[in-house]
Amino acid sequence: MIAPTLHAYIALSAVLFAIGFFGVLVRRNTLVIFMSLELMLVAATLAFAAFSRFNGTLDGDVLVFFILTVAAAEVAVGLAIIVALFRRRHTVQVDQLSALKN
Amino acid sequence: MSSFAFVFLAVFTVVTALGMVAARNTVNGAMCLLLCLAGVAGLLVQLDAFLLAFLLILVYAGAIVALFLFIIMLLDMRGQNTPTRKGAGVLAGFVSGALLIAGVASLAVHLRGNLPAPGPVPVVGAALASYADLLFTAYLLPVEVIGFLLLIAMLGVIVLSRRTHPEEERSGL
Repeated sequence: MIAPTLHAYIALSAVLFAIGFFGVLVRRNTLVIFMSLELMLVAATLAFAAFSRFNGTLDGDVLVFFILTVAAAEVAVGLAIIVALFRRRHTVQVDQLSALKN
Repeated sequence: MSSFAFVFLAVFTVVTALGMVAARNTVNGAMCLLLCLAGVAGLLVQLDAFLLAFLLILVYAGAIVALFLFIIMLLDMRGQNTPTRKGAGVLAGFVSGALLIAGVASLAVHLRGNLPAPGPVPVVGAALASYADLLFTAYLLPVEVIGFLLLIAMLGVIVLSRRTHPEEERSGL
């Protein structure tokens, strides 16, 4: 049984990041876009942890702490904005939130 | 670090991530995200980062996904299901995702010669002590800044979620 290499982890992380990126570009629902952003952050977390493990340092793991904190703050603020937007406009579809266009 | 567990977790994570992006119902999408996070936590266990796996479950699955589900149910988005873009948008998404993967793959092929071997497995308690050691010495300033960021985010959320005045609501966007 061969142990997975660093390449395998980085490739998986890139695939997850690409899926999240795809979701951000393709979906119209603000909440799904936001969840895709979270997926991209988690992919970065996985890459950090893999680099940290294979290089024998803890610096990447410590950075994951900061990613987690920023993600928590981001979700709180983002969801508050979405709720405020829904109160005003009664929609969460990005197509209908075009007040700054023109 | 067995290969079978890695392949299983990798496939599981990718499938649930795709399920999240493709889900028509937002609640199903949030559930898929939850499963995906569980898969990533399993991968972190494979990488001997037990504390990070625990924190990922605690913060992401416990707090963030729960908050998402709460907001989804609060907003009541029935009749607003226009799930995806058509044509050019999907194509652009595919192309940019493929380019991203191709970029990482070319980097990996380029760097194939000098792969670091996995270091010695840390003892769990010792790893915890060295996390604390790093956080309170080398990373002390970032810890302070992050704490300040959390405070600002908390204040911002309080201001944002304050109910607006009725006349302000009428004259607004």
